Amino acid sequence: MELLTIDIAHVLAGALLLTSFMLLYQDRLSGLINIYTLHAVILSLSVAWQAYYQDAPHLYLTAAIAAIFKALIIPFSLRHIIKRLRIHRTVEVVGGVGITMLIGIFLVALSLVVMLPATASADPLSREDIAFALAIVLLGLLMMVTRRNAVSQIIGFMSLENGLVLAAAGANGMPLVVEISVAFSILIAFIVIGIFLFRIRERFDNVDLSELDRVRGGRS
Amino acid sequence: MSSDLFMVSNALVGIPAVAAIAVALEPAYRRSAIINLCASGATFLFALVLFVVEPERGGYLFVDDLNIVFIVLSTFIGFTTSVYSASYIDHEIETGRLTTRNVRFYHAMYQSLMCAMNLALLASNIGLMWVAVEVATLTTVLMVGMYRTPHALEAAWKYFILGSVGIALALFGTILIYMAAEPVLGQGYDAMVWTTLMSQAPQFNPRMLNVAFVFLMLGYGTKVGLAPMHAWLPDAHAEGPTPISAVLSGLLLNVALYAVLRFKMLLTANAAAITPGPLMITLGLASLIMAAFMLYRRGDIKRLFAYSSIEHMGIIAFAFGMGGPLANFAGLLHMTMHSLTKSAIFFSVGHIAQVKGTQRIADIRGLTQSQPALGWSLVAGVVAIIGLPPLGIFMSEFLVVSSTFARQPLLAIPLVFGLLLAFGALLLRLTGMAFGEPSRDQGEVKASMWPVYAHLSLVLLAGIYLPSHVVTWFQNVARLLG
Amino acid sequence: MTLLFNLMAQSVQMLLVLALAPLLIGYVRKLKARLLRRKGPPIIQPWLDLIRLLRKEVVLAENASWLYRAAPYLIFAMIWVSAALVPTFATGLTFSWSADLIAIIALLGSARFFLALAGMDIGTSFGGIGSSREAMFGSLAEPAMMMIVFTVSFVAGTTQLSEIAAYMAGNLELRASVGMALVALLIVAIAENGRIPVDNPATHLELTMVHEAMVLEYSGRYLALIELASALKLLLYLSLIACVFFPVGLASHDAGAEAMMIGLCAYVLKLAIGGGALALFETSTAKMRIFRVPDFLGAGLMLGLLATLLVFVTRSL
Repeated sequence: MELLTIDIAHVLAGALLLTSFMLLYQDRLSGLINIYTLHAVILSLSVAWQAYYQDAPHLYLTAAIAAIFKALIIPFSLRHIIKRLRIHRTVEVVGGVGITMLIGIFLVALSLVVMLPATASADPLSREDIAFALAIVLLGLLMMVTRRNAVSQIIGFMSLENGLVLAAAGANGMPLVVEISVAFSILIAFIVIGIFLFRIRERFDNVDLSELDRVRGGRS
Repeated sequence: MSSDLFMVSNALVGIPAVAAIAVALEPAYRRSAIINLCASGATFLFALVLFVVEPERGGYLFVDDLNIVFIVLSTFIGFTTSVYSASYIDHEIETGRLTTRNVRFYHAMYQSLMCAMNLALLASNIGLMWVAVEVATLTTVLMVGMYRTPHALEAAWKYFILGSVGIALALFGTILIYMAAEPVLGQGYDAMVWTTLMSQAPQFNPRMLNVAFVFLMLGYGTKVGLAPMHAWLPDAHAEGPTPISAVLSGLLLNVALYAVLRFKMLLTANAAAITPGPLMITLGLASLIMAAFMLYRRGDIKRLFAYSSIEHMGIIAFAFGMGGPLANFAGLLHMTMHSLTKSAIFFSVGHIAQVKGTQRIADIRGLTQSQPALGWSLVAGVVAIIGLPPLGIFMSEFLVVSSTFARQPLLAIPLVFGLLLAFGALLLRLTGMAFGEPSRDQGEVKASMWPVYAHLSLVLLAGIYLPSHVVTWFQNVARLLG
Repeated sequence: MTLLFNLMAQSVQMLLVLALAPLLIGYVRKLKARLLRRKGPPIIQPWLDLIRLLRKEVVLAENASWLYRAAPYLIFAMIWVSAALVPTFATGLTFSWSADLIAIIALLGSARFFLALAGMDIGTSFGGIGSSREAMFGSLAEPAMMMIVFTVSFVAGTTQLSEIAAYMAGNLELRASVGMALVALLIVAIAENGRIPVDNPATHLELTMVHEAMVLEYSGRYLALIELASALKLLLYLSLIACVFFPVGLASHDAGAEAMMIGLCAYVLKLAIGGGALALFETSTAKMRIFRVPDFLGAGLMLGLLATLLVFVTRSL
């Protein structure tokens, strides 16, 4: 039974990683938002399972925040935003999907090489989680770097935050302060981003950051 | 006694928080500027009280010798900046670059930033500190984007993205520190508190600490503005309101540096972990030399001094990376001097840009003739920042260089090279701006110059005569840093 | 007596796959038709087609070489052998020692090679296009398949398919790496069999066809053999997925006739479910542009790589 519990946590974390790769692969904004929703749902399941495994009721709260806020409210408002901004459906990927995914694989390998020896003494479950979490964080970073569109950068950032929440949930008995603050900061971050999107909309016709590059071109 | 301290440290966080709400509710911008000023002044006075009362541990906030330095410095500059900000904002309102609504928002954000920074400095646990740094980042992002020009939005966006990435990496490092501490200190709150962390550090898993430090160094290092994660810094300085440039350079960079130093102490306490010094030295030197070269190609006055901030943060990181009583002392002194000087420079620069109606260096000429007060304070500030005697920065740079020569002569070569390079660049730009045929003024400004004078005279004082109890205080802190 | 029984079981398996393969095709077609609210041909229709083709006269292109005539036999033999080696209802049959995963991939690769050669042999442009596309897909699908094999054999400690199936049946452990290998295998299987998002088996639209383009010039018994071989290939992939990832009900070779009967029922049930899923998937997806296929297969390859990496993250760390 113990083993099965670990297995389920492991598979959920693996699924989260897989979803991160799907985010890298997907190049349509609406598809991206759908996959992000899936990402958030898996995260919430994963955190809930950690709550059950560690017998830490406060983690259920984190899971609920992930489920309600990240899997419902954020995707809804993002859809609203892209509808309002009427931004075109495809986003270009710098360097092509294949190379991006190859770099992604490399990052996963890197995070396993870094984390597994470093955490040799820890509980196997939190060990797995932290290794997967680092991989998800790095993939989120990769997505932010490779995408030019503001909305997909945001999604990259939020998948990165999901990785952090997974890490925080995996660390045995980490106090509630941190989880709530993580969720809270995402909220703030999201408001900030939302304001930005609309401000950018005031100035440009779309949220493509290459517009900002054009602006930058005129300056030393 | 302990209740005194409890009240003081709470007040340091509480006053700005209350003031933030108060100014948010106050529609008249002059009155909100006064509230802003009074709140900052009160916070500074409370910070001074920390000298008198005995530091005590416990609760969510704590005070020790290290963070008193940062707190006093930060509340002082927060106070003088609020004085300066009042006159700056007046002018912006008159020229219509900002509306009263903007200003209300600006003041509220200013006080929130002060609150977040004091919280970050006083927080007794690594989680709370992280939250405070994140809040500080978000408030400055909002202020940087305040002019809503495409440039300002781009700068704010870049700052936001890079800042969030940095913050995210720092959180990962924080979680790893908790995981390293948890087997020793047990689950729960204890494994995140500085005091318990420090006392039990030798028993932590060293490999985990190593990985954690790399993340923390990269994460908080982004906020410090160390190369190669510095890209946000020049833009954020150049496009935001000038008081914010002063606060960013003078305070926020220090807060991030404080976080790095705390974690460095944690690693030093564990004999089996890597020594954090070389990493800090490498990043510091890289920032110094990169920024020194970049100084030559700048066309924007605020951008110029932003790169100078990167350069100096590089020197400070280098000094703390060297470690040892002397280098740490030099680092602390340099940090203090840099904060005072750089904010003074930004005070002058802000008014200069208002008078000339531009930030382009090429369009600013002959300041000492057309605007003697502003021109000569800029000259004094730049002379101070490039490290000419008898000013304070000369002292601290001299200490950094001499302690490096004594211990690692080879490292002194790139250090001196970078210093000279920056020296040349700033002097070159300064002569063009300060002397020669004056360019036409675009408007008048009622500049309040006393914050500039106050900062510069402190810097001069430190260069000529450093009071002995300040020296012993800094020496204590330097020993604490190891 | 045991030997005889074992030999018999083995031959039953060989004939079983041969008999079931066209039925599977017919079943999928029927389901797809029903999902589109058509009546669809009867399930045994592919068999009837094959028999009709076998009776028909062979028409050969003038410039067809001996290779063109030999290829269908080679392809059919290779695929039949590999399909018969994959455990269907029982593990450890007489010839299972040769059922090495790498050998099976090699057999499939050789079959692909001969098919591509045959496509180019008579020199029509369609054949050439089909062959070049097939080679392009193969260059991505085969490494992906190798990654899947690595993953599975790292987990089970052997490349022997029969032993892998036995290991999977005996050790229930959820692993992210195995899950990813499964997804990767599904992607490879869809591409290799020319199913819908990659290639449409039911069309002769010249711009998009791959498999059909290569076999366009075949007729009579040659075509029958190639059709049968491609049906067997689909069956092979389904049985591979079933025996490695869902080894429920798989009998051991010494478990006796009764267990084997249960295994057989389980196998047919698995085929039915797999075919149903395929039909459902095909009706709900649109065919992707041919230039997107390398991305799709590339994703499979990446997943395979990822799965191989994640093998090292296990609960027994």
